[in-house]
Amino acid sequence: MIVVGSGPGALQLTYSLGRAGVPHAVLSADPAPGGMFRRWPFFQRLLSWTKPYAPVERGTRSYERYDWNSLIADEDRFRAIQPRLMDGTSYFPARAEMEANLATFAQETGLRIRYDCRWTATARTGDHFVLQTTDGEYRAKVVVFAIGMANPWKPDLPGIEHVPHYADTRAPQTYADKRIFIIGKEVSAFELANGFLPWAKRIILASSRPTQLSVITNSLVGVRARYVQPYEDHALGGGVVLLNAKIDEVTRDGSTFRVRTTRSDGGGALVFDVDDVIATTGFTPPLGDLAAFGVPTAGREQIPSQTPLFESIGVPDLYFAGAVTRGAPGLKKHGLPSSSGAVGGHRYNGRILARHIAQKYFGIDPARPVLQRDAVLPYLLSELAHAPELWHQKSYLCRTVLMDPARGIIDDGILPLQLFVDSDGPDGIAVAVEANPAGEIYPAVYVRKSNVVTEHLLPPEPLLDFETAEHRKQLGDALRRLLG
Amino acid sequence: MATAASDLGDVLAGLALFADVPAAELDAIAHILEERRFADGERILRQGLSGSGFYILLEGEAAIRVDGKEYGTLSRGDFFGEISALLGEAPVADIVATRTLRCAIIPGPALQSFLVGHPQVLFRMLQAEARKLRTATRWRS
Repeated sequence: MIVVGSGPGALQLTYSLGRAGVPHAVLSADPAPGGMFRRWPFFQRLLSWTKPYAPVERGTRSYERYDWNSLIADEDRFRAIQPRLMDGTSYFPARAEMEANLATFAQETGLRIRYDCRWTATARTGDHFVLQTTDGEYRAKVVVFAIGMANPWKPDLPGIEHVPHYADTRAPQTYADKRIFIIGKEVSAFELANGFLPWAKRIILASSRPTQLSVITNSLVGVRARYVQPYEDHALGGGVVLLNAKIDEVTRDGSTFRVRTTRSDGGGALVFDVDDVIATTGFTPPLGDLAAFGVPTAGREQIPSQTPLFESIGVPDLYFAGAVTRGAPGLKKHGLPSSSGAVGGHRYNGRILARHIAQKYFGIDPARPVLQRDAVLPYLLSELAHAPELWHQKSYLCRTVLMDPARGIIDDGILPLQLFVDSDGPDGIAVAVEANPAGEIYPAVYVRKSNVVTEHLLPPEPLLDFETAEHRKQLGDALRRLLG
Repeated sequence: MATAASDLGDVLAGLALFADVPAAELDAIAHILEERRFADGERILRQGLSGSGFYILLEGEAAIRVDGKEYGTLSRGDFFGEISALLGEAPVADIVATRTLRCAIIPGPALQSFLVGHPQVLFRMLQAEARKLRTATRWRS
């Protein structure tokens, strides 16, 4: 099998495949590991945190809940690499610290990657994929693309050819005393606006869709807290303008730009004369010829649509890893997304994909330990309280326990929740951590009996302690439906 | 350059639900809706599971199933999930893609503000609900 990429998604997958004993090759167009973190974020600091000092011991599995950026290893010595490399000035790692984190993981765990080898074309011969690369032809029964969101995307509007993308933003000091018009009001727009606050004399952010803030949606939806300063500047009349408007046209007049807009609230037209325009309209995955090859995508971001186990819904045996696993959205309860777009989420998807590939294509069964009947309740309670997979991937990943006809009660591991609730199979129970738009976080229990799944939502708890007597009682009631 | 949002706007313009919406407003709606493709056989709405959304079927077909028994099919322009989203209750049926399917989605918690903000869509939706009610009560006359 072949993995394409060398960003965090590819690194996690090749590590997990290696530990599962799956022979495979990894190809990357880049000269070194790190993917997008070799260059971005533009202002050189992440928005996902790593807490060097956490309520649990660093380097344990539970610690992963507080460290969103390290890749995950089975061996203690390879865990929690990110906090080792941080200088203490912020709990958001600097870009260079993140790049070092990924490179250190690749080096210490002995990952083997063929760098400077660009995948250029895709074909199929019989039951094999044939990948053309700058280093010859590769054949494989299974291919995984961990290609990130690397292609700058701009909307098709008159004059957009004059507008640089976020990816082409200049050094901040070159915007000193300038009027800047930013197309877009999502995270990257606010990242730039925040960085321009000490330089620009006026900043306008405009798009049709009103700004959402993560601290209001109580989720990863919206502008993250780290970049909210321009919003406050706008709200207090400090000079930053947030505008809900459709961009009609951008024209260039010598060294300045004119941007024509129509307000989305029916307020009419507004015209801006500015020194710079930047499109912070996002990225798409560099899919190459995959769309023509039959890989369906959805939405503006053109992310490949995937099964719950990250396989293209259009091309069997073609999988995805890393940030593009957002294309397997799961249940999206209450509209809240998975965290698969970030390392803290997709690192677990990678481990699950490695297990699936090992089992399906190489006949390597995962360890599925037997549980004693009395141990099931405290085990599931403890998982709900501490399992990092469940806390990072809410309503998305679950701990699954099955009634195996031959072996008794078995721990089937961490798997996608959608897989459990939508698949026929042995009777079993799955537990997940869930959240709602009101900001409540609570345990959810799913019992599958005779292929009918019932949902049991347990109460939230102000200190997020899910091992209370009440939780024990309610989980016990649900378990009795399964165990009798 | 792709024009995904305006493509979606064009698709929406052809659906009865959005028949009365002006073009500029449709463009804004296209930016708000999430698009998703479902594989043949994949469940879209799940009987008895909380937290679902409102779905507008753009391409493909789906089956309505209650306790595994089929009660009808849905096709382009049909919408579903509104009853559970508006009442805050779990769906009483499964909706399952019977071939690859493309949907536009509004999360349940966002449906109320969406409908209030776009009264023409609300009216068309009410009209469709009235037709369903008429069909359901026809036996009385």
